[in-house]
Parts: sequence; structure tokens; C-alpha cells
Amino acid sequence: MALLQTIELKRYFGETRAVDHVNLSIEEGEFISLVGPNGAGKTSLINVISALLEVESGQILFRGEDITRTTRTERVRAGIARSFQLVNVFDDLTTFDNVALAIFSREGKTTHLAKLAHLDHAVTEEADTVLSQFGLAAKRNDNARDLSQGERKLLDVALAYALKPKLLFLDEPTSGVSTRDKGQIMDTIASVVRGEGITAVIVEHDMDVVFKYSDRIVVMAQGTPDEIRNNEQVAMTLLGSADTSAFARKD
Amino acid sequence: MSQISRSAPSIPMLLAIGIPIIIALGFLPRFIGLYQTELLIYGFTFAIAALGFNLLLGYTGLLSFGHSAYFGMGAYTVAFIVRDLHVQSMELCILGGVLASLVISAIFGYVCVRHTRIFFSILALALSQVLWSLAFKFFWITGGTDGIRVPRNRITLVGGLFDFTGSGAYQRFVYSYYYYVLVIFLIAVVIMWIIVHSPFGKALQAIRDNEVRAGFVGVPVQRFRWLAFVISGTFTGLAGALWVPLNGLTTPDILYWPFSGEIVFMTVLGGFRNFAGPIIGAISFNYLKVYAVAGSQYWQLVLGSVLVVLVMLMPTGIVGTLGRIARMLRRG
Amino acid sequence: MDTLIIQTLNSIFYAAVLFLIAAGLSLIYGVMRIVNLAHGTFYALGAFVSAWAVGAVFGASSTGGLALIGQLLILPIGALAIAAVGAVIEPTLLRPLYGRPEEYILLVTFGLLMILDDVMKLVFGGTPLSAGSIMDGMGSIRIGGLLYPAYNLIVIAIGIISAVGLWAFIYRSRFGVILRATSQDRRMASALGINVGRIYVQAFAIGCFMAGLGGAVVVPAQAAVLGMGVDALILAFVVIVIGGLGSLEGALVGALIVSFVRTAGIQFFPEIELAVLYLIAAVVLLIRPTGLFGRA
Repeated sequence: MALLQTIELKRYFGETRAVDHVNLSIEEGEFISLVGPNGAGKTSLINVISALLEVESGQILFRGEDITRTTRTERVRAGIARSFQLVNVFDDLTTFDNVALAIFSREGKTTHLAKLAHLDHAVTEEADTVLSQFGLAAKRNDNARDLSQGERKLLDVALAYALKPKLLFLDEPTSGVSTRDKGQIMDTIASVVRGEGITAVIVEHDMDVVFKYSDRIVVMAQGTPDEIRNNEQVAMTLLGSADTSAFARKD
Repeated sequence: MSQISRSAPSIPMLLAIGIPIIIALGFLPRFIGLYQTELLIYGFTFAIAALGFNLLLGYTGLLSFGHSAYFGMGAYTVAFIVRDLHVQSMELCILGGVLASLVISAIFGYVCVRHTRIFFSILALALSQVLWSLAFKFFWITGGTDGIRVPRNRITLVGGLFDFTGSGAYQRFVYSYYYYVLVIFLIAVVIMWIIVHSPFGKALQAIRDNEVRAGFVGVPVQRFRWLAFVISGTFTGLAGALWVPLNGLTTPDILYWPFSGEIVFMTVLGGFRNFAGPIIGAISFNYLKVYAVAGSQYWQLVLGSVLVVLVMLMPTGIVGTLGRIARMLRRG
Repeated sequence: MDTLIIQTLNSIFYAAVLFLIAAGLSLIYGVMRIVNLAHGTFYALGAFVSAWAVGAVFGASSTGGLALIGQLLILPIGALAIAAVGAVIEPTLLRPLYGRPEEYILLVTFGLLMILDDVMKLVFGGTPLSAGSIMDGMGSIRIGGLLYPAYNLIVIAIGIISAVGLWAFIYRSRFGVILRATSQDRRMASALGINVGRIYVQAFAIGCFMAGLGGAVVVPAQAAVLGMGVDALILAFVVIVIGGLGSLEGALVGALIVSFVRTAGIQFFPEIELAVLYLIAAVVLLIRPTGLFGRA
């Protein structure tokens, strides 16, 4: 059984066919890259699966259960988390509190209003572990607002990761950062995510990154994902070469 | 600019600062006389109201322009209990006032949290004015613009241990009530401090900063906003309940929307991005208003100018500005 | 039957005044996204200035056709004065705050409300001020067996003319196009070479003018008193919440709804007349947050 399956998933914006009858199947433990030209609907697909956008028609099955009509919070509880292309963190909370909040939420502790957050040692310890995994330990007590762009991207991913999801969507985790930091960020993300055995779907434009880290590449074009394998035309437009053998190397 | 959520608070340090202040407050009435003691009690009650209000503004990011409703609900409920049920115990009165403001803030809050920003503010305002117009029009119940008198001699404190009849009653009332309100104020401060430093409090701040992402880490945004609203309204209701015996009278003025504006004013005066801001702001505002009223027929002109200057030049309020000066001194 | 006609006329009279105030409030919100808590006080100030001007120029005793026309011509001075006040306030007190959270502007306008309240007390004294000589001078007309003040009909006419004029101004004039463009997208307007700063000060002044005009036309019928602004603001809020924040048609329909409900309320359910209005506003905001005519 696939971890996540979309069946004829559809979401249009007027004339724009952002998500056009998408059938996507994600197996447990995969590290998938979602590629395609701008406007192909990659982010829209993630938005629909994570309930930022409503589904127009079609179905989303997560571990065999229909979650098409569930709320954002319910999907987070079920184990779907995401990061954002444009950094989306809690600017006036410390880096530590950002991550700690995600852990409190996962543990169902956010309704505790008579306990002091910083005295919960289990959460504090775990938050600090996550921060050091993402190389943010030194910035523990800085407000998220004061971090560098690269650090903010990492924090954005760390927030989603701290929810210990089964399925993690990363929407362009390295966009807007320098090429030098790119590799570092991806190394960090890949090691953390693979270390936990989390299934990850990453939207990425940098093909070097795509090839280096992913088990499988899914191409979205005109809103419909296709398996890239053996599709020379798509390979041509994306890579400037019709050599599809490169994609099979990790199989 | 925000000091709300810096590194984890050190409780020993807070006690080291807090205990001397509490002791000083305990001895203060001996030195400052009856009138100043009375002013300080007013300050404490407003501080509880502002503290409650700031859970919404400073921590949840919702500006209520309708908190007069909960203050007034607390006040009027106490007045009804004393007048109609002939209850003397202040504790029962407070209980009634707090419960009534809890119920009304639960209802109004349920409606208001469906919106944010200016829509939230106007909705809170419109609903509060429903209560005002009722208090204003149903004069055979509420006394209309004359309000309801709550004579001090009809009130007893601590289960009847203290009553205020006979000679020197007024003086005895002020001095006992000072300690009574001080204790409740301190308890309210501790409770609010725990709430804002709890995981729930962190979740509220996350909602304030970024409600979309808060939803994506699994925080039920609307439900938490509602909870914050109820807690906020209940604190403000407690303040209203404590205020009535001191004032001896409750009128529709405390339900009218400009009083909501005063609560906002207090909070911004002290600084809404600080835990202590609303407390300092409320006590300062009370002095400011009392002396402006005493000193000039045109006290609104004074207060209004202070507010405009404050917003233009000191948007972080008294506490925020002092904090900035302290940081500059430390660095320089 | 006669009573019904008079009640209807009263409602429309009241709606005309309320429309003037609410349209100004709505215009300012629509263009600048500012909720001006001092707007009701502008209305009160307009009433005081007009009443004072009429009294100062003509004294209490002057009567006769010529004096009446003179008084009517002087009446709009309140509106012009408030427009001038607005033109000073926007660049000095509001503009520095545009980059900051909207709470700050709300608070400055609240401070302004307090200041202006006392300025009125200081300048005009605490006593009510009226331009009742206009009302008296114009006499009454007979409706069936009852008398109705002719001046009220003039106010109704001014309300209708203002509504049509404002509509033409916003939807038919070049300035209106620029105004609407600016309200849609400030940055885009600025990129197109529109002087947004100038548009803002003009829009704010026009909004203030409307409030002042409301005060000016009401003062022959009702004396200007301290505190009238605070009451008026909340009713204007109810109007634009029902009609839709930023919508001109909404302000018109909202003003009519509020006026008729109020007239009926005073007649049939006087105790909850105001409460009903606030509840209507709350319900509209809840079900249709953009009001009856607001855009999403």
C-alpha cells in the first residue's frame, strides 16, 4: 500500500489548471523530487495535499484512509508536514521556541496552560537536539526574525521535521540562498530526513541537487505528473540531453 | 523589539526582583496616606484589566475595542448581587462577577474570533455596545445613567471577617481593601505569567506571528483564539468586580466604548510587547488621568496628546522604552 | 397615514445625515484602510463651527428672506473647516505611521478624538450651540393635518445630491479613477506615476468634509452638543458594517436601513432600539464580513 495516493486530484484557478487530475503514488521511505517548469503546479499540488487549498474534486488517500475532507490540523496530526518556499516561521519567537512549539503540538501539549513551557525537560532536550541537527544551536535564543536567510530556510524545515511526520513536503528548501549554502542546507536536510526514515517530497529547480539526493524524480508538466523514465522529450526540455539512463541509477 | 519570548525566564531572578517589590507594596500605605492608597487600588484593578486585555493584543495579536463589556459585566453583576440578592460577602460577589464575564466573553468571543484585524476590533466593539445600550435603556433594572450604588457598608471581606460599618468605616475599608486587592492582583499576575509562559501561551504567540504556519504545526488556531478571548475577558471581568466597591457606583460609562479605548491606552502606555507593560501602563494611566482631571478642565486634551505623542515617538511604551535605554547604557 | 409619512420623512432625514458621515468614514477606509475613530468628532466639530459661524455673522435676532439665504450660504463653512483640519492631520499625524501595524493609527485617531473633544469645549464652551434660526426662518409645510419643517426637506435634498455627486465623482471623474486605482493597489498606483501621498491627503480631506457637512446640515435642526460625535461614530460604524466597509452604495443602503430600524425601534421597541442595531451589525459582519455591498 502506498503511503500517499492521489486519485484524479483536481484544483483549478479559473482558467489555470493548477492541479489537473493528478494521480501520484508515494511509497514509504522514498525521497522524491518534484520537478517541472514554473507554473506547472508543484506548489499547488503540495498546497492541496497539505490542506492550504481546498480540493475541487478527486481523492487523497493517506495510509489507505481518505483524508480529502479533513482539516489542516487533522492532516498534521495524521503525519503530513510541510515547509514553505517563502520562509514561514514565527518571527517574534526564539529559534528554540519555534521548534519547541512544534514538539509541544505533536505531543498534544499545547492545551497545557498551567505548566511552564521551559520546565518541560523532555521537550527542551528534544528541541535542542533538533536545533543542533540543523546547525541552529548557536542561534537558540535569537528571534527567528534575526536569523540569516539560510538559517531561516533551515528553521522552516526544522519546524516541519520536529513534528516527526511520516510524510514531509519540502517546497524549494534552498531557494533564495547562495549556491555555497545550498549544498550545506541540502546535506543537513537529507541526513536528518534519511536518518529518521521520513518519506520526503522535495520541490527543487537545481538539477544537481535533484540528482544528488533523490530516489525518484517526478515531473509535473501542464499540471499532470508523469514518470520521467523513458520520456525523452521531457528529459530534453529539463536537462538539455535525451539521456534518460541517468534517472535509473538509483533503482 | 520583542522581549516576550527571549531565553527561558529565570524564576529565582524573578523572585529576587518580585519579593522586594511585594514587601514594599505591603508597607506602602503606611507612608502614602489614605488618598494615595485609594489611587493605588484603582491602579491595581485597572492593571488586572489591562493584563487580561494584553493576552489578546500582545500575545495573540487581536486588538479588542470592546473590553469595556467584560469590565462592565463584572461590575454590574457585583452590583446586582449586592442590591438584589443582599449578599454581603465580597468573595461571592467576585465569583458571580467572574462567572458572568466568563459566560459573556465565551459568547462574544465565539463570534469575534471568526475574524481578525480590524474586523475583529469592530465586531468586539459592536457587541460591547449591545451591553452598553441595554444598561443605558433598561433603567428600571440598571438605574440607567444614574447607575447602581454599591455602598461599602453592605460589603464584607474574607467571609465576613472584615465589615465596614460604624465610625472610621471609610478609612478601614480603604486600608483593608488595599491588601485584599493587592493579594488578588498578585495571584492574577502569577496566573497570567504562567499562562503566557506555558505551551499554550507559546501557541498563542505563534498564532500572533503567523497564523497560517501555526495551523501547519497543528495548532487549532480559532479554538485557541477563543480560549485566549475567554481568559482575557474573565480577567477584565475580575477587574470590574473589584472596582465596584471602591468606586461605590457603577454607571453605563464603563460599558461605553471610550472606556474600551482607555484599556487599550493603558496597555500601549506601558508597552504591549512586554509582560509588565500593561501593569505599569494601567497604574501610570490611572495617575495620569486622576491628576489631569484634577488639574485641568481639559484633561481629555492632556490624555489625548499623551497618547498621540506616545504612539508617534514611543511605540514600545514605558517598559519597552526603558528596556531600550537600559540596553543602550549597557552597550555604551 | 399622516404620521406614517412624517415618520418616513424623519427616517430619510436621519438617513441623509448618517449617510454623509458614514460615506466619509467609508471613503477613508476604502482608499487608505484607515479606521478613523475621530470621524464622529469631526462631525460634531462641523456642527459647532457652522452653528458658531451662523451665529457670529448674523446674530440671534436677524430675520427675513435675505438673512435666511445668507445663513444657508454660511452653513457649509463647518464642512470646509473640517476638510482643512483633515488636510493638516493626514500628513502630520497619520502618514508617519503607514509602515507600522494598523493598531497604531487606530490609537492615534483615538487620541485625536480626545483632543478634539476638549478643543471644542475650549473654543465653543460647554453649552449647546444651534443654528435654529434657519429652521425657524424656513417655516413648515403641511402634510395632511400635520406640520413638517421645510428645512428637513432641504437636508434630504442635500443627502441625495451628495450621494449622486459622490457617485459621479468616484465613478465618472478622472480623479475617481485614480482614487479607485490607489485603493486597489497602492504600490501599483505609485508605480504608474500616481502621487499616492497627494491622493491620500485629498481622500482624507474629502472624507472629513463629508463628516463636517453632516454636522453642518444637522445643526439647524439639532443643537450641537459635546458627546454627539462619539454616539454618531458608532452609528456610522453600524452603517458601513452593514453596507460593507469602503462601499459607497453600502453606506447609502446602510444609512437607510439603520434610520428606518431606528425610527421603528423608537416607536415599537424603544428599550432595545440601539441593541438591535448593534446586533444587526454583528450578524452582518459574521455572515457576510464584506457587508451587503463590499468587495471580497
